[in-house]
Order: sequence, then C-alpha cells, then structure tokens
Amino acid sequence: MTVSGAFISDLVLGPFLEFAFMRRALVSTLALSLGAAPLGVFLTLRRMSLLGDALSHAVLPGVAIGFMVSGLSLVAMATGGVVAGMAVAALAGLVSRFTKLKEDASLAAIYLLALALGVTLISRHGTQLDLLHILFGSALGVDDQGLLLVAGVASLSILALAAGYRGLVLESFDPAFLAASGRRGWLWQQGFLMLVVINLVAGFQTLGTLMAVGLMMIPAVSARLWHDTLPAQLVNAAVQAMLASVTGLLLSYHLDTPSGPTIIGSAGVLYALSLLFAPAGWLSRWLPGRHKAA
Amino acid sequence: MVALDNLTVSYQQHAALHHISGRFEAGSLTAVVGPNGAGKSTLLKSIMGLTPIDAGSITVSVPRQRIAYLPQLAEIDRGFPIDVVDCVQLGFWGECAAWSSITSQMAQRTSEALREVGLEGFDRRAVGTLSSGQLQRVLFARLMVQDADLVLLDEPFNAIDARTTAALIALVHKWHAGRRTVVAVLHDDQQVRAHFPDTLLIARELVGWGPTASVLTQDAARRARAMAEAWDESAEYCQIDSKPVGRVLA
Repeated sequence: MTVSGAFISDLVLGPFLEFAFMRRALVSTLALSLGAAPLGVFLTLRRMSLLGDALSHAVLPGVAIGFMVSGLSLVAMATGGVVAGMAVAALAGLVSRFTKLKEDASLAAIYLLALALGVTLISRHGTQLDLLHILFGSALGVDDQGLLLVAGVASLSILALAAGYRGLVLESFDPAFLAASGRRGWLWQQGFLMLVVINLVAGFQTLGTLMAVGLMMIPAVSARLWHDTLPAQLVNAAVQAMLASVTGLLLSYHLDTPSGPTIIGSAGVLYALSLLFAPAGWLSRWLPGRHKAA
Repeated sequence: MVALDNLTVSYQQHAALHHISGRFEAGSLTAVVGPNGAGKSTLLKSIMGLTPIDAGSITVSVPRQRIAYLPQLAEIDRGFPIDVVDCVQLGFWGECAAWSSITSQMAQRTSEALREVGLEGFDRRAVGTLSSGQLQRVLFARLMVQDADLVLLDEPFNAIDARTTAALIALVHKWHAGRRTVVAVLHDDQQVRAHFPDTLLIARELVGWGPTASVLTQDAARRARAMAEAWDESAEYCQIDSKPVGRVLA
C-alpha cells in the first residue's frame, strides 16, 4: 500500500470502519445536511438569516416539557420541540398579520418568552448537564430512533422543497405579487417555517438545537457567494454542509474535541475559504481589473 | 369594472381615503393623481383587497385572477438569484399555481412579451444585473403574460428614463386599444394630459373624476393641495353615515 493509501484508510476511513457510533454520526449529519442547508439558503434569501437561531431557542420549552413527562426520551422531547417551535412561529405569524408589527419583531418577543419558559422548566426539573445536552447534543450518541427521526425529517424536507419550490421562490422574491394574486401567500411562509422547525428539532440529538442552526446557516451563507442561480446555491449549500460534517467528525475523533462544535467549525473554515476565493468573494475584487466591453 | 361606493380607508383612525364614490368603466384608461399622501396607492391596494376597508364598498366585476397589479418598485428583492424568463413566467401563477408546468404556448407568450418590452436576448440574465429601467420592463412583460382584464399600476414610471417611459406608455396604449381597463397612479400632469383620457384627482377626498381636461384645472390642483395637508390630531370623528363595509368580487 502506498503512503497516501495508508493515510486514507487509517485517518479517514478507519474511524468509520471501526466504530458503529461514528457511522451513525456520519449518516445522521449527512442527512441533516441534505435537509437543512437548502432551507438555510431560503432563509438568507428572505433576509431571515437569524430566524433559525430564534426558532432554535423557541423549541426549548417543548423539549423541556417532553423531558419532564418522560425523561431523556427522544420521541417525547422531539414532539414537544416541534409543537413549541410551530406554536411560536404560528403565534408570531398571527401577531404580524393582525397588528402593525413585522414578523421579525413579533417573533423576537415571542421566542424570548418561550426561551425564558424553557430555561425555567429545565432548571426546576433537570440538571445543568441535561440543559447542556439539549442545547449542544452529541453526534456520537445518536441511537436508532434518532437516526430514523433525522432520516424522516430530511426526506420530508427535500420532498416538501421540491413540491413547494415555485411557491417558495415567488413568496421570497416578490411577496407583494403573491399577496395580490390572493392565494393565501402567508400559508407558504408558515409551511416554510414549519420545515425549519422540524429540521432544528431533528438536529437536536445530533448537534443540539443551537449547533443545528450552524449546519443550516453557515453553508447556506457561503453557497450564496459561489453562484448566481438558486438551484446551484441549494446544491452547493448541501455539499458544503456534508463536507463540513465528514471533516468535523474526523477532526473531533482525532483531536478529541466535541463533535457538534467541530462540525460547525469546519463549516466555518469553508465559509472563510468562500469569502476569500468564491466569485463573489474578496479575492476576485483584487485580481487585475479585466472586464468585458459589453 | 370597478365601482367605489362611499369608500373610506384609514390608518390609525386618520382617513386616507374619505367617502369616495364613482366607477372605473370597463375599457377605460384612467390616471389617478393627487398630492403626496392623497391616498392614491391606498386606493389601488384597497381595490386589490390588500388593506382593510373602514366603510363603504368596492365592487369589482372580474375575479382576482383577472386583475394585474404592479406595486411600487421598492417592494421587490433585486438581489434574488432569479433570471428574467423565470421572473416573467411568475405571471402565470394565476393559471399554473404551484405545480402545473409551463406549456410551450406560455413559453411563446413569454418571448413575445420580452420582445415587446425590448428585452430580447435577456432571457437568462439574472434580475440583479438589470438597471431599474430594464427591471421595470421585465415587470411589464410579466403584466402582459398575466393577460388581465384590469391592470393597476402604482407609479410605474418613477425613476425610469424617458425612452423606457415612452416604450412602456406605448404598451399601456396597446392594452387600452385591446379594451383592457387600466388605472395608473401618476405624478406627471403633462404625461397624464398627453396619454390618459380620464383622470381621478383625489386628496383623501374626491376632488374630480372625469375627462382629463375637465379635471386637471389649476383650481382643482389648489383645492387638492389644501385638502391633503389637513392632517389634524384633534380632528373630530367623521359622522357621515355609511353602508356596511364590503369588497365584492365577481
């Protein structure tokens, strides 16, 4: 075997061949990447880049109630999280529909209340360790249920994105036009937010709710620097997220660092490279000023 | 086509449109003019059902799918990664909704519309690379593929150069000749006199509505300015009786 062959098998394939928990972590982060990163692109396009962060906090009281009812049960906590996240998104939508407040303002108010409720519930009924587990997860502790949850959510997201693509594009690009056509434009927005919520909850065992936002947003932001067309940006985001997942898992294995933050850190490195080298990035502005005549 | 009966719309209890009655006849070409804050955009929005009505009613004799509405330019996200053809074909949303595919006949209509607005060969250009005049041409092409009976334009020629404006006005004339009903909010009195047979002059209240020459008089303009400036915090609540609120579509 050549030197590089040995390098690949030992450092890159070895951990996955040897340990089942590494394979589970790999599958679940790859599935998460496929579902969440394209949603992130739509979030950035709608200037709602920080919304994922808000919703990730909003799921907390639901997760806490699930935890109180049945301990560290994934089904209970995930269900609670989805219900809480959707309730917050729906409430914010209602408030902005029937008052003068814009969506982001009403969401800010409501998610912070939800966060306060969640922290109160957890600190009364759990320990500091539980809270850390919920917020930051652990890719290396994904069980069968967790895998099924992630796979199911990723499949649903991709199907929903395919089915709702045209409506989502129209609603993001020219909401006034959609509203004028009278076809309940706000339903698209709500459906989209629901997708974001289930993806964050799906990520919560693997990465934790907070880190799951990172896998959703960072590759999406980087992808926008590379292409002018939306389909290309969506694919690029998913690929960057998967790349970050593999690299992050391997680094965390070899360097003995926590898996979630290492994956997000890898996405951050890709982001830095994109900032430098992508067509819409920094370096292209410093290249010799060649331009076409027309 | 559109009948307004005692229409009142207000923001925070201040009337933006105050007891306006009248009708846009089918096939008419009407300019809506008035000073800033006169309620011109609000009028178009309330015809589209985008803003709640306080009193009175609006009756539109065609279904929503037969109305095309062009809001002011600022509401579109120009950084969005979408190309010219896709943007124009969003005009088929009323026919295709979320899932039906674009037929070859629709593709044909798209290229014809792009040719008519003078954007041949721009098919795959990203919307973000267009000038504001070119973008406005794209939006007019989208209006054309919508093939609507009633077209509402909100300040369609703002910040658009003279050549583009002339091209777009020619399109409006073509729609008028094709018996479509066109209502356009405009600022330029000269343009209105030259191209629009009818004019509605409002300043929150109705000042004049009819043939342009009889509406756009100096006296009317003076009255309109005086009325529009009268935003009064201590104003009494209006006591005019009105019929139940409503907006009726065919």
